Amino acid sequence: MNFWNDPLKVAADWLTGILTGWGMNDVAAHVLVAFLGVLVLITILMVIDIFLVWIERKVVSRFQDRIGPNRVGPFGLIQPFADIIKLMIKEDTTPDGADKVVYNIAPMLSMMSVLILWAVVPLAPVMLGVDLNIGVLFIIAAGSIGTLSIIMAGWSSNNKFSVIGAFRCVAVMVSFEIPMLATLLIPTIFSGSMGTNAIIQSQDIWFVLLSPLAALIFLIAAIAELGRAPFDLAEGESELVSGYNIEYSGMKFGMFYAGELLHAFTFGGFWSIMFFGGYRFFGLEQVSPFLAIAIILFKALVGYWIIMWVKYTVMRIRIDQMLAFNWKFLTPVAFVLVMVTALMNALLRGAGSWLYVTGMILSNIIIAWVSLEIVRSVSKKERERVEGLKAMEVAHH
Amino acid sequence: MNEWLYVGLFFIVGLIIPVGAIGVAWILGPKKPNPIKQSTYECGIEPIGEGWVQFKAQYYIFALVFLVFDVETVFLFPWAVKLGQLGLFAVVEGIIFILILIAGLVYTWRKGMLEWV
Amino acid sequence: MTAEQIIFLIVGAVTLIAGLMVVTVRNLVHAALWLVAALFGVAIVYTLLNAGFIAVVQVVVYIGAIAILFIFAVMLTRRQAADTGASVNKNWWAGALMAAATFAGLAFLLQGWSGFSKTASAIPLGFDAVNQLGDALTSPAGYVLPFEVASVLLLAALVGAVYLAFNKK
Repeated sequence: MNFWNDPLKVAADWLTGILTGWGMNDVAAHVLVAFLGVLVLITILMVIDIFLVWIERKVVSRFQDRIGPNRVGPFGLIQPFADIIKLMIKEDTTPDGADKVVYNIAPMLSMMSVLILWAVVPLAPVMLGVDLNIGVLFIIAAGSIGTLSIIMAGWSSNNKFSVIGAFRCVAVMVSFEIPMLATLLIPTIFSGSMGTNAIIQSQDIWFVLLSPLAALIFLIAAIAELGRAPFDLAEGESELVSGYNIEYSGMKFGMFYAGELLHAFTFGGFWSIMFFGGYRFFGLEQVSPFLAIAIILFKALVGYWIIMWVKYTVMRIRIDQMLAFNWKFLTPVAFVLVMVTALMNALLRGAGSWLYVTGMILSNIIIAWVSLEIVRSVSKKERERVEGLKAMEVAHH
Repeated sequence: MNEWLYVGLFFIVGLIIPVGAIGVAWILGPKKPNPIKQSTYECGIEPIGEGWVQFKAQYYIFALVFLVFDVETVFLFPWAVKLGQLGLFAVVEGIIFILILIAGLVYTWRKGMLEWV
Repeated sequence: MTAEQIIFLIVGAVTLIAGLMVVTVRNLVHAALWLVAALFGVAIVYTLLNAGFIAVVQVVVYIGAIAILFIFAVMLTRRQAADTGASVNKNWWAGALMAAATFAGLAFLLQGWSGFSKTASAIPLGFDAVNQLGDALTSPAGYVLPFEVASVLLLAALVGAVYLAFNKK
């Protein structure tokens, strides 16, 4: 076995060989090597996370017509390290009346809920992480733990703003989980598996071409799940100051912040896995596993960039608008899409692949058009009603 | 070997990293607490009342609706996995399942429970 | 003892302790968080049995939805939602007696069961539990009707909850 074809297995075999050579139990050596592998992966992720801080700051400043960090190191590249040193040596305050244990566990759980997501991210055809056959649901399960950590942080801080932030955040996260689950059904239908690797393997045609509407709804639901603008009511700087993490300082705040950035990057990755072929790119992934890793990380970065683009372009919406948008628009559309996709899949499966793709895209476009037309007519009626009320008021005066 | 063992390793390492980071910061950081510093943050004003606001009951309604949808959608996943190998019967069955689900949404909607008041 | 048995014993003990904490701690939010710990312990037990789908559903539904609902319900009250009354009433001995009798009865009935001594048959290679579940839920010979009835049951639950909430207003 060549190192460049399957680096993970070669390295693992080599390490296991050394450990068993020292008289270690076979199983114990295997588990220890797996542990080290996970440790290395997560350490690399944390390093990526550090640079995500730099990317985020650079991109936001470009969107806002500024230059961004440019003093510390070339292009300000050392800036995030300065940030980390600052977070490290900052005093860690605990507010009066805080529930100390819950208060301290919350940031750790928040970070963990993001890191465990990488268990089901296939980095290359030979580096699958854990190839769970329920990988898709694992994403949602990890999100549940994240929701819990936010409710813990908000409740334990003994602060009005943090409590309101936590309520809003949980309301958003649980609501948008439904369209996300529904759109995750669509790659599952196409590939016949819930495993992330099986989904990538069956994307000879990227699923975004089969179901662009599902990709769009997934992205919207992911942004809401991340609690980023326009769904960042949980933070709402102008009203809640910082929301659920208001009382956190130093490294504990750093955990929430780093967790959020890595979460966004990770969901960029999942977006590419579900709809853009993951590590696949016209057979390039077969050349070298390192190329495959580069491809999936690049796609994840593109997804992350789009999430940032939305964040710095769209303004925050109110909670009633957001819940109405989810329950009265996104959820029904997502379920109609699931039904139509299931039906089209059964009807067109026998037909040629061209007919299949065309049928799928057409059904997506029709659903999008019809639902937008319905929304347009409803909002037109609503506008007329409000204007009628205003006119009556004027006449009354 | 059970594949969930590796997932368990992710959980363990995923806890070790933040615990380590917070622990190092706790060792390095100064510890000079005082009552003003520890007081609840309320934009620089003396905190008024207790750090608590009445929970809006509306959130609870949305959580209830969410719970029902969550359970139903999770049930749909085994169906979606098998869909490629099954005939029209299974598809129609799943569609009926979703339609019953949507009936619940329509009922909630018509009752005005989805309005934020 | 195998590694899996050791993990099972640890997880089982933690789950039991968490369950005990749920009914003994005074602070209701703490009780809800201990409940989450207990539910998570059960999810780990499912993974030890190779029932990955059930384990994930346990986390998504019980921790992600039901525990959140519990915490929301607790938060409808005060922050320090601590129960100040006695945690047992004067009939506690009757309850304890019933529990002991139930345990004794179950132990008596199960003492002859062969399942305790038999080792479980190995899971065949390439066995996909989710696929089997999908088959069972969709084939007319399987559980189609319960599958649909479950949907009606959930609809009834939703209608009932909405009705109750609506009337309170």
